Amino acid sequence: MIRFKHTIQITAIMMLISGSLWAQPSGKEILDLIDANMSSETRYVKSKMVIHGPRTSRTIESESWSEGVSAFTEYLAPAREKGTKMLKLEDKLWIFSPSTDRTIQISGHMLRQSVMGSDLSYEDMMDDKKLSDVYDAVVVDSETIGNTDCWIVEMTATSEEVAYQMRKLWVDKSRNIPLKEELYAKSGKLLKKTELTNIQQHGSRWYPGKITFKDMLKKGAGTEFIVDEIKFDIEIPEYILSKASLR
Amino acid sequence: MIAFKLAYKNLMGAGLRTLLIVFVLSLAYVLIIYMNGLYQGWDRQARIETIAWEVAQGQYWQDLYDPYDAMTLTDAHATLPASLEESAAKGKAAPILVTQATIYPEGRMMGVMLKGIDTRQKILSLPTDILDPEADEITAIVGTRLAKSAGLETGDYLLIRWRDVHGTFDATEVKIAGMFKTAVPAVDQGQVWISLTKLQQITGMPGQATLVVVDSAPEEGASLSGWEFKGHDFLFKELEEMIRTKTVGGSIFYIIILALALLAVFDTQVLSIFRRQREIGTYIAMGMTRKQVVGIFTVEGGMHAILAVVLGAAYGFPLLLWTQKSGIKMPEGTDDFGMAAAEHMYPYYSVALIIGTIILVMIATTIVSYMPSRKISKMNPNDAIRGKIQ
Repeated sequence: MIRFKHTIQITAIMMLISGSLWAQPSGKEILDLIDANMSSETRYVKSKMVIHGPRTSRTIESESWSEGVSAFTEYLAPAREKGTKMLKLEDKLWIFSPSTDRTIQISGHMLRQSVMGSDLSYEDMMDDKKLSDVYDAVVVDSETIGNTDCWIVEMTATSEEVAYQMRKLWVDKSRNIPLKEELYAKSGKLLKKTELTNIQQHGSRWYPGKITFKDMLKKGAGTEFIVDEIKFDIEIPEYILSKASLR
Repeated sequence: MIAFKLAYKNLMGAGLRTLLIVFVLSLAYVLIIYMNGLYQGWDRQARIETIAWEVAQGQYWQDLYDPYDAMTLTDAHATLPASLEESAAKGKAAPILVTQATIYPEGRMMGVMLKGIDTRQKILSLPTDILDPEADEITAIVGTRLAKSAGLETGDYLLIRWRDVHGTFDATEVKIAGMFKTAVPAVDQGQVWISLTKLQQITGMPGQATLVVVDSAPEEGASLSGWEFKGHDFLFKELEEMIRTKTVGGSIFYIIILALALLAVFDTQVLSIFRRQREIGTYIAMGMTRKQVVGIFTVEGGMHAILAVVLGAAYGFPLLLWTQKSGIKMPEGTDDFGMAAAEHMYPYYSVALIIGTIILVMIATTIVSYMPSRKISKMNPNDAIRGKIQ
């Protein structure tokens, strides 16, 4: 009888261990789940970007369409930026400015400049590589953010040609969406922090209603990206993702 | 000789009128010499300072380097050619690696050029020996302009962010090991200097540089593959253009003064010829040719310039000498234009400038004296001697 009890206990412990092991996905699996949740064939977003400066804040409204590695954004407000259009095709970026009535190509090192004074660079905006392609991910811990259980995933770049050698993600265990991200320099210094809040359900997906980007080296409240409207897998007319749309 | 004697007597006889004209002419002399001396002094001082702090006897630029396009910096670096490597080892060349970086003094974001320089170099006046390439922490030197705008003191730690050769971000705190005061803003404003080996190490560019400063210009035609030599002609082109523009702007003052003086001489000549017709007639009646009479009047007018030299020297010489010795304080922010400008500008009055100015004013005065005198050659001596208006 005692032997039988022991057998049951050992089996239960084994099941618990294997169960808990099974419950913790690998870093790569988490990245894949994030990609599956957040990536889509096509997407339309109407958003506001609130750039907090040292004294004042500016709000820039825009709407954008994206398909794979191509994207088109048109700025709607304020009046100064209205009509500015940005087109990204593969790794090239063009900007049309109505005030000068000219289209310029942003290339090479110009991509490292800030977008309209925000905490984001053109390069950050254009970064559409799948995380799993560029980083090795390892789940290092769990943590609760608010009331949400999260995996802490540490990502290390697999190649040298990456802006951030190390990233840390806090991923919602149930909704497969990152709630927080930290970007580190090669030396390990924290450079940028991103917080994703106001998570909303769109069909089977979960998507943040607000993303806050913060350059951790400088003072200020960072840049907020507020999603007013988002649509996934919609039909995008061909002309929108072509240079014709810049005029 | 008679013409000079007559001219002198006539001028002295005119009294106050002559004194006024001579004074205005002397002002033109002094102003021309002062203004040009100021710009020559500025040019000279800027060249000396720029050679000492920035360009030495010339620079080799990596082919892609364009100091006016910061975007080129990411690609403008290469391994030094053997000859430059050898010169650097002998202390005859100082390689400099340049990369863009961002500093965060008190949480503010400022774009800077992060420059790595051989700490043993003696070619430039930068106090690079303060930098310790062996230390674990990165030490840096900055100019007083950057220190002021970023609120830095020696011993402070400054957060700096840069990208390595692959574009990967890196950041650390550097210690301000020392500061330098220079009249050349190009090595101060928005520049952070660290050891070359440290910069090569943190950016992943071992043995590479963007430009190389040399202590002697290479022989004509000597070229290095991938590197182009830029001599003083090229490096000072902008400075020369700026000085030229300033000189033209400054010349307006003395052109006005000179024009007023010449106008006075012209007027005096016209009036003299009108009032002294009998005298002119008498000269001709006594056997002088018209040409000789024209000569007397021209010399008389031109003598204003000679007297002005004497008067100008009397008060101008001590004045100019004083400005040359004590210098002129430059207004705050003059060097913000990017030109080398010390706190005090010392004018430089060359012999060529002084002699050139005297010749210029004398020729101009003689011409304006001659122009009205030509009328004499058309005068009828009979009518002139009777004092008939012609």
